[in-house]
Amino acid sequence: MTLPNECLRIDGLHLALRASRGHPARLVLRGVDLSVAAGEVHALVGESGAGKSMVGRAVLGFVPPAMECVAGSVRFLGKDWSRLDQAERRVHLGRDVALIPQDPLTALNPGHTVGSQVADVLRLHLGHSRAQAQARTLELLDAVRIRAPATVARQYPHELSGGMRQRVLIAIAFACKPRLIVADEPTTALDVTVQREVLRLLRDLQRDEGAAVLFITHNLGLVAQLADRVSVIHAGRIVEHGSVREIVESPRTDYTRALFAATPRYDRPAEALRSIDEAVTDALNAEAAAYDEAWWRARARAPTASAAVEQGHR
Amino acid sequence: MRQRIDGRVAFGAAVLALVLLCAVFAGVVAPHDPLEQDLMAASLPPAWGAEGDRTHLFGTDSLGRDILSRLVWGARPAMIVAFAGATLAGCIGTLLGLWAGFFGGWVDASISRLVDIWMSFPAVLLAIVLVAVIGTGLTSVVLAIAIIDWTRFCRVVRAETQVQAGRDYVTSARTLGQTRTHVLWREVLPNVLPLLLTLFTLEMGIAVVVEAILSFVGLSVSSDSPTWGGLVQEGRLYVNQTPWLLGLPVAAIALTVLACNALGDGLRESLDPLQRPLP
Repeated sequence: MTLPNECLRIDGLHLALRASRGHPARLVLRGVDLSVAAGEVHALVGESGAGKSMVGRAVLGFVPPAMECVAGSVRFLGKDWSRLDQAERRVHLGRDVALIPQDPLTALNPGHTVGSQVADVLRLHLGHSRAQAQARTLELLDAVRIRAPATVARQYPHELSGGMRQRVLIAIAFACKPRLIVADEPTTALDVTVQREVLRLLRDLQRDEGAAVLFITHNLGLVAQLADRVSVIHAGRIVEHGSVREIVESPRTDYTRALFAATPRYDRPAEALRSIDEAVTDALNAEAAAYDEAWWRARARAPTASAAVEQGHR
Repeated sequence: MRQRIDGRVAFGAAVLALVLLCAVFAGVVAPHDPLEQDLMAASLPPAWGAEGDRTHLFGTDSLGRDILSRLVWGARPAMIVAFAGATLAGCIGTLLGLWAGFFGGWVDASISRLVDIWMSFPAVLLAIVLVAVIGTGLTSVVLAIAIIDWTRFCRVVRAETQVQAGRDYVTSARTLGQTRTHVLWREVLPNVLPLLLTLFTLEMGIAVVVEAILSFVGLSVSSDSPTWGGLVQEGRLYVNQTPWLLGLPVAAIALTVLACNALGDGLRESLDPLQRPLP
């Protein structure tokens, strides 16, 4: 499936934990396919450990050192992202694709003022002069609805609340008007009242700027509010994808249904809240294990043959 | 918000400032020429002693030279060595430490092994050998301290750099397209600086001791200009007759080193938000 105005396309992405000290290499992502159209919010939903953050990191090209991309491709703006070297990728990082990190409390440098951290990106990518960057920084802080931007710009991260810091990080992410924003659980570290404001801000900015967002979350409640399309990931595989209506109103797989049943909702009694049925995950895990075995066997025989396995399992 | 000044910081800074003043303005502070001999007033006890003379506050040595003036002039080589030695050692150690801690891999492995090997040499012996080889004089002493003690900075800076490099803000900066070099200098280094300041003051104390040892064995500046180590060496000969000749320079060394350590300890705690007492 190719979207008309595709911004990001991930094909058969396999990520493996490298072999170390007697542990053989292990697959973390098992052929993830995903495409994000320009200007849409695509939610990637899954429980913890499903590999959703790893998809985000692979998109940016920052896979943890213990892992490696063993197969598949990431295409962004029509370029094969995995083929670019560091310097080529750096041109786009922060300018065409930006990350809103998970934990706003640690993602800002404690040693610099908030303003200078926003200005740094502007100077790096847009070649702003010091004065230009300063003026634009205030505009950006204002755009993320920070009151008294001039004061906040001179403050250090520890002087700001978590919500404020996340706003600053959003300002940094949107600073260069990127085409794609990877938001890796941007509200998990915030309390619920702040979550709403930050999400509304994120959605408004996204609409104004026309940026695509890959929204990584475990919170299905947020998905319904924010996303255009949804991919559900489990054990490193996309188990279901579709428009938000399809997924929320008529989920096709047992796993997605189980995931919804496990989401607390105000309109349902607490007793209705269930943990995910083990039979469902067991079946999926068994499938994943079988896939792994076939994949590694095929890879051992011939690296190209593993592609055939991927095709067969799609 | 006003921050309470740590007592150790105040004490250390005050003593160091005093020593520094003596070192810079030795000619003004010292009441006598440190080299002027006056055999009529030889071996005078300090002014508070029974036969003390008010013109020689700390007494005189066997040649009648004023001890206070000699101590004041001795502060100069001590402070030069302390600042220059600690700066040079700090620069070398910090550069290598940042490099090892940030880039890891074989760079880290080779620098760390080098540090391990380096530190297994007995420091003072190495200093004496070094100065004997490259010649005496203040420059040699400074070089010797830098060559020996860069490892101290290197180890600590490497560890701290590793900690900082693992922080989210470093990853954030990298995902924004900053180069590694930029991240290292602008993101990591400023967060290592407080630690460096602490190390620097501690290193100053060590440098003062090393300078005293080297001048004690006559490997520092030429023997006619006064140094604290040289004064201890001279006082040693007459320790039974005129014990203050030994005691006073030892006290000067001890007080200076104590001040450096107190300042370092105090700074460490007041710069580290985790150890800072709640306001």
